[in-house]
Amino acid sequence: MTLSSAGLERYIDAASPVHALDARVKLLLTCATVLALGLLPPGAWVGVLAIAALIWWAVLQARVGLGTILRRAFVALPFALAAVTLVFTKPGAPLFELPLGGLRLTATDAGLVAFASVVVKSWLSVQAALLLTATTHFTDLLHALRALRLPAVLVAILAFAYRYLFVMVDEAQRMLRARECRSAELPGRPGGRNLGWRAAVVGQMVGTLFLRSYERSERIYVAMLSRGFSGELRALRSRPLSTTEQGLLLVLGALLAAIALLANVL
Amino acid sequence: MGFESLAQYLLLGLHIPDGFLSVPVAALWWLLTIALLAVAVRRVGTLNEHQVPMMGVMAAFIFAAQMLNFPVLGGTSGHLLGGALVALLLGPWAGTLVMACVVALQALLFQDGGLLALGANIFNMGIATAFVGTWVGTALLRMFGGKPWGLVGAGFVAAWISVMVAALLTSLQLVLSGLSAAVVFPSMLAVHLFIGIGEGLITAAALAFVVSTRPDLVTSLTSYLSPKAVRRPVNRGALAAITGVGLAIAVVLALLSPLASSSPDGLERVAEDQGFLERTQDAAYNLLPDYTIPGIDGPISTILAGVVGLLIVFGLAYGIALLIRGRSATSSADSTPRASPGGRTGA
Repeated sequence: MTLSSAGLERYIDAASPVHALDARVKLLLTCATVLALGLLPPGAWVGVLAIAALIWWAVLQARVGLGTILRRAFVALPFALAAVTLVFTKPGAPLFELPLGGLRLTATDAGLVAFASVVVKSWLSVQAALLLTATTHFTDLLHALRALRLPAVLVAILAFAYRYLFVMVDEAQRMLRARECRSAELPGRPGGRNLGWRAAVVGQMVGTLFLRSYERSERIYVAMLSRGFSGELRALRSRPLSTTEQGLLLVLGALLAAIALLANVL
Repeated sequence: MGFESLAQYLLLGLHIPDGFLSVPVAALWWLLTIALLAVAVRRVGTLNEHQVPMMGVMAAFIFAAQMLNFPVLGGTSGHLLGGALVALLLGPWAGTLVMACVVALQALLFQDGGLLALGANIFNMGIATAFVGTWVGTALLRMFGGKPWGLVGAGFVAAWISVMVAALLTSLQLVLSGLSAAVVFPSMLAVHLFIGIGEGLITAAALAFVVSTRPDLVTSLTSYLSPKAVRRPVNRGALAAITGVGLAIAVVLALLSPLASSSPDGLERVAEDQGFLERTQDAAYNLLPDYTIPGIDGPISTILAGVVGLLIVFGLAYGIALLIRGRSATSSADSTPRASPGGRTGA
């Protein structure tokens, strides 16, 4: 199974209002959502709930499965371990004590609120980003980035990287399979010599992969030249945003700004 | 191999998700990243158009190379971040662009790292690793390129330091966003002491392999190397020695770093209770007591202490390297002089 056939790409050709929306609008709104979440102070649960409602409404509109999005959004959760310490380090009214080995950790209410805010905000931000990925072809996203003034060179590199990502991942998987096939292991005896040897094997695999990639890029360039490449990457001119799309962008953007503002003022 | 398992491999890295950085911190690093990427685009723009497909495929290569892993201990595995490797092979500016694309793709396609935090992530894992890797790598190659272990040693040290700098920057951003410095710095650095060893070993072996197979591709590096070093694929002895030394340094530093935390309820508390604090307070802390700089309060002090500490360690290593070089230069003064492209003469 290749990388491309897995994951949320299976929803990408579905028909829904969110799928049909211009990629620029979706990209801007996703960034605005993440920014608004970032601006919420800890413990602003009404604001969090309002933004969550917006995200979930969009997910339902897109018909990609709310459960799937909620589950996949846990991808960033391991990082929350770094924030657990907030519970014990933030000054505030003590809630409970946790004996850990010889030392006692005191949890505070302010710490608990700060920790919960970070985890929930992170979870919701990933949901917003997942919705964007699940409903937008990457090529459309690249056009949107170009329209939003990302330098053409960067967009071109990203496009090539996306095009050959799956090719190189397949190549790496073939190399891993070949290593497995050659790595016989007798029961009761560990295979592979010491750590340095194992690292050298992987290092040589990485080196081989680098050379294959480099030589592939040379062949790609020659193929481009033979098809008339003149040093400039051309794309269809993007159409201006329709009035409906502009309206949607403004309304939702203003709504998110209002939520962030109110949460900070009240 | 599905979506999830790929994401798991990548999660071992330093990708900060959204929600962890405060908006001013995220904005500051977005500005820094945009400014440096603009310079990189301008630098690369003056090269020929051949570079564009090459850098795109290189970004795909780094992505795929991050999947090549090897078992280390128990269930853990070592794998590559790639910033130092790609910068040493392609140069720092091209390396920066390649790594920026890798980190951006990981965020956009796999939600590995947030959008608001993308500026910081690109800076830590792309820009910082590429430049630190190039500076350290070429400085060491200039000194030791002719030695049998020169390339392997330089590749290992450059990659290890680049990972440590990335971890330090990530910790700095998290602490500036309100996480506890006493927890973030020691834990991040301790974990990456070991992750850096995997990075260093793979980078060293990959560099040696590429230089011995296609020396024409890495002309920027081969000018530092003697012809004998170019023909040697991987120096097994050097790699084994580096593994041992690296592990020893990592274990010592990892054991010391939690002790150095200024947290009153950390390990120090245990030490105080058990009465062995006096015994552990030896020369290691005299310079920067409790990992803080006297006269400055709060997390800023811890951060400064971390930066100063890293600079000191690097300065010490560099100085020792210069000393070794000076000694071997006097012992073989009549050997054929090597071309020194950097124009560096003497220590």
